[in-house]
Amino acid sequence: MLDLQGYGPRLIEGAGVTLQLAVLSLILAIVLGLLTATAKMSRNWLLHRTATVYTTVIRGVPDLVLMMLLFFGGQIGVNAISDMLYDNYNIDIYINFNAFAAGVITIGFIFGAYMGETFRGAFMAVDNGQIEAGKAYGMSSALVFRRIRFPQMMRHALPGLSNNWMVLLKTTALVSVIGLTDMVRVAAEASRATHEPFVFLLPVAAVYLLIASVSEWIFVRLQKRYDIGFGGQ
Amino acid sequence: MCGYKNVTTSALGGNEMLDISAWFNDLLAGNLIFTPTTLGYYWEGLVTTTQLVFLSLIAGLVLAVPLAIMRSSKHKWISLPIYFYTYVFRGTPLLIQLYIIYYGVVFIDGIQETFLWPLLREAFYPALLAFTLNTAAYTTEIFRGAIKTTSKGEIEAARAYGMSDSLMMRRIILPSAFRRALPAYGNEVIFMLHASAIASVVTLMDLTGAARFVYARFYAPFEAFLFVAAIYLCLTFAILYFFRFLEKKLLAHLRPQTN
Repeated sequence: MLDLQGYGPRLIEGAGVTLQLAVLSLILAIVLGLLTATAKMSRNWLLHRTATVYTTVIRGVPDLVLMMLLFFGGQIGVNAISDMLYDNYNIDIYINFNAFAAGVITIGFIFGAYMGETFRGAFMAVDNGQIEAGKAYGMSSALVFRRIRFPQMMRHALPGLSNNWMVLLKTTALVSVIGLTDMVRVAAEASRATHEPFVFLLPVAAVYLLIASVSEWIFVRLQKRYDIGFGGQ
Repeated sequence: MCGYKNVTTSALGGNEMLDISAWFNDLLAGNLIFTPTTLGYYWEGLVTTTQLVFLSLIAGLVLAVPLAIMRSSKHKWISLPIYFYTYVFRGTPLLIQLYIIYYGVVFIDGIQETFLWPLLREAFYPALLAFTLNTAAYTTEIFRGAIKTTSKGEIEAARAYGMSDSLMMRRIILPSAFRRALPAYGNEVIFMLHASAIASVVTLMDLTGAARFVYARFYAPFEAFLFVAAIYLCLTFAILYFFRFLEKKLLAHLRPQTN
């Protein structure tokens, strides 16, 4: 049987960190992605430009570099703000830069750019007649979005969404480099300490495969759900 | 400020080379972080990153072609092991693959006596091996997708000419599959460039490694990482435009005709 030499509980805790990080970043990325897609399709020049710069720059720079920028720069930035508050307004607060929150924000921010592209394509695939029909029924824009655009958009967005999620999941491994104790960090520490890399790293790899397989199954079911009314063609 | 003045005079007057180098020295003079020494580190990092990415892409490509053909085979016992390989390497983080190879290579029995040991002892070659196996897995799936979408008519035509399987593969299927795979492969190249940043984790002085060094030396995260981000951005655009140019050349026959 697998002998984890006492690292078992910490590995499980690390797996929990990985999962929480991945799910929370996914939610943030979806929200940012929807906003970006809307901005990209808007007629407002400034919104359109901002969204384009955001998606281009983020997708042109390695995740790890962006992460380091936010992690290492974040504390300095936060300190500068609290210094400024103290000097100017005599408000004395100490803000601790939370590594987990920084991880969620960075990964969510990075994948928001990818999601934006996915959602934009999906929104454009929804037939304009559908939206006109909704308006003809007297629906408000919000209601059209909720009842017509979003459900039909999801059908086209799901393949890209699932792909982004798989990449995001693997990207969470990078937080171990910056100091968050996810399962990769625990496994790397354990293999250095015990000189048995395979015992720790292979099970962690298997957990990633397991999460990927489970989410693949979930995405297939979701696709079936959103394909209702279009199926069989 | 005086740096800017020099530029305007150089634009007006002659002797441009001298003015540009004077401008460059002026630019560096008031700067504690971007000295010639640190710029040297960035340059070394650029060389290492380019070597790593280029070599792993070439090796990955060489591996991926036969693997993609095997993966498209009708025989389950040939295609399944390849599928298992690509599934594992595409389903796990590259960082874990790098750790397994970097930490694990020492424990292969007898490796320290072979000629490979002086190579594998350094961080560069384990990283190269990990990157190669990773990109080969992704490229195999890209090519396999392209092979699978070869149109039936082309295959039937080749059969009608009496081509053997290998001749058909060589003359008909692969050339058109490579072209169809080009856009996806361009993305894979950019992905590899970005993924190579993790080489700095195993003590390699690549571009990100240089930035980490500068950050640690001067405690200046914004300068160190924004500069390296700009370099990566330029490299990404260079790759992007190169592949767009290739697509324009090689996929010219697929463009809608305008006459």
